[in-house]
Amino acid sequence: MSDDMKVVEDLTQSEYKWGFTTNIEADEAPKGLNENIIRFISAKKNEPEWMTQWRLKAYRHWLTMEEPKWPKVKYDPIDYQDVKYYSAPKKKPELDSMDEVDPELLKTFEKLGIPLEEQKRLAGVAVDAVFDSVSVATTFRETLHEKGIIFCSISEAIREHPELIKKYMGSVVPYTDNYFAALNSAVFTDGSFVYIPKGVRCPMELSTYFRINAMETGQFERTLIIADEGSYVSYLEGCTAPMRDENQLHAAVVELVTLDNAEIKYSTVQNWYPGNKEGKGGIYNFVTKRGICRGKNSKISWTQVETGSAITWKYPSCILQGENSIGEFYSVAVTNNYQQADTGTKMIHIGKNSKSTIVSKGISAGRSDNSYRGLVKVLKSAEGARNFSQCDSMLMGDKCGAHTFPYIEVDNDSAMVEHEATTSKVGEDQIFYLNQRGISTEDAVNMIVNGFCKEVFNELPMEFAVEAQKLLAISLEGSVG
Amino acid sequence: MLSIKELKAQVEGKDILKGLNLEVKAGEVHAIMGPNGSGKSTLANVLAGNEGYEVTGGEVIFENKNLLEMDPEDRAREGLFLAFQYPIEIPGISNSTFLKTAINEIRKYKGLPEIAAKEFLVLMREKAKILGMDDNLISRSVNTGFSGGEKKRNEIFQLLMLNPKLAILDETDSGLDIDALRIVSNGVNEFRSRDNSVIVVTHYQRLLDYIVPDFVHVLYKGKIIKSGGKELALELEEKGYDWVKNSELTAASV
Repeated sequence: MSDDMKVVEDLTQSEYKWGFTTNIEADEAPKGLNENIIRFISAKKNEPEWMTQWRLKAYRHWLTMEEPKWPKVKYDPIDYQDVKYYSAPKKKPELDSMDEVDPELLKTFEKLGIPLEEQKRLAGVAVDAVFDSVSVATTFRETLHEKGIIFCSISEAIREHPELIKKYMGSVVPYTDNYFAALNSAVFTDGSFVYIPKGVRCPMELSTYFRINAMETGQFERTLIIADEGSYVSYLEGCTAPMRDENQLHAAVVELVTLDNAEIKYSTVQNWYPGNKEGKGGIYNFVTKRGICRGKNSKISWTQVETGSAITWKYPSCILQGENSIGEFYSVAVTNNYQQADTGTKMIHIGKNSKSTIVSKGISAGRSDNSYRGLVKVLKSAEGARNFSQCDSMLMGDKCGAHTFPYIEVDNDSAMVEHEATTSKVGEDQIFYLNQRGISTEDAVNMIVNGFCKEVFNELPMEFAVEAQKLLAISLEGSVG
Repeated sequence: MLSIKELKAQVEGKDILKGLNLEVKAGEVHAIMGPNGSGKSTLANVLAGNEGYEVTGGEVIFENKNLLEMDPEDRAREGLFLAFQYPIEIPGISNSTFLKTAINEIRKYKGLPEIAAKEFLVLMREKAKILGMDDNLISRSVNTGFSGGEKKRNEIFQLLMLNPKLAILDETDSGLDIDALRIVSNGVNEFRSRDNSVIVVTHYQRLLDYIVPDFVHVLYKGKIIKSGGKELALELEEKGYDWVKNSELTAASV
């Protein structure tokens, strides 16, 4: 009970509680980015000095870099001095009843089939409804603790598990990696940390949803997952509820590490605000996600369903260092209206007999642009490496675009690399066929699209797959007929 | 069941149906024959509501309702079924999911609850057996990678599963070998009842050896120019379409 009470307190009290004592009383950093702001963030997070120094190094490096121009996306220049880099998690305006919730939001909840109590929580109505999920979360934490699994916010990990952070943070995505990764390294505010000890199979799917102290997705999220020898974990990122987020720029970093015989399965469903039908507003999602299969026979599997954001720039990748290691990438990217997505993966084969599979499904509707960009690189050392790539695009209407940019670099003659690509249109004849069996045009389109994405949905955990299907339906609503 | 009066239709601005009349009563099987380009498939597609075909005149009453005002899905829900000449592939959606969705949409329209999972399975097994379809064919994606014969068989399987009031078979016999023809015809005969009707659109008489029609109509240049009993099909087979064409011309010149 006392645990529950504490959790509820954490949830409802938004004030910063780690006793930061300077003259700055505010819970928000002023706009702009400089070394003082970074020290401010680090201090707010109560971080040790080595962390502050790491951030500063990243910031100094960022200053020397340029924003990438190669993606096939267009947007007005971002003024990085016009962004607030820190604000304490905001308390959502609390509403008295569901009557006060935006009706459009309610409509979406309904379509997603979210239970009423859950709807209240997401929309920020009343507190007592929260109890259920809170107690679930508490039991959940206890179970993990028994197994020796660490699952906490990255800020907590920096304070409580510095040895793991020092060893692994930045080991997969160094701050020098790219413009947005450097920015993230300098200013990241929160994210998740997972450590699965040797030989432990995580008994449940881990999700930020259960990490109650960080319900709000941060603007500069940082996630680090380590699977020690012989361990397994399935991690779910995101929440399919239509979270409204006012932050325009998101630059997250996700790092995964698997040691010998370990496996990480990382699933994402992303449906951030895509902007309105005229293309105004919406999130810029510039993410660096990378995993390293450091140990032999280890495996990393990325599955993503991307339906949100105005601009997506994202290439979840695998460095296959260990012998017989396996990398997988299953992706559905949907763009509608004026959305732009440039997404794909990189598979870097270093270890002998390393294998990778890429299955990418792009769906473009409206006036959107959807690009697959992928690199398969086989180094000299990767004797017997194998890759199979399949990139399929589906077009709805005649004003959208689908593009494929596959890059293949092979330095070992024994490697086998296969690439298949198709482009298709949702056909009038397919829709008519389904109509003729009593299925409405809207349901027909959903069916055709879901069939197209089936190979990817099969990779998602069951519940997630069901939600992903519904989400697709919502994203493509009204795009045909 | 179905009453077509002076039906006119265009495809890409070209007149194809030019005042077609047809009455189909419950329990009847009508065969529509005719040379290439006479408008047989156009008739089938117009009745099903394919948007590629534009109705320019006439009326169609189906079960006391104005068919031409309905959306294609509502026509299907009212009990009109078209077995496609070229069945469409829907990758990634299994035959059973597809059929279950279709059955439930039709039931919803009629105010009935969804079909129970067990009932559906039993029904599927029963109907699949009639058409000699194995489980593999049922669990595979709709028509995807099916041979021509398998696709046609799947159409008739769907017909039996959905059990509509009126089935329109658009050249279901084309591309079938003699064994498949027998199986498919057997399926259609299974469907026949006092309450259901069938319109068989075909080039050839051979299908009508298996699905014996009550009436045979000859469609030529967008109109039915001759109607008769099943013997008309045999006569056509013997004398060819020129025979009716010529008699039509003679009739017209009088």
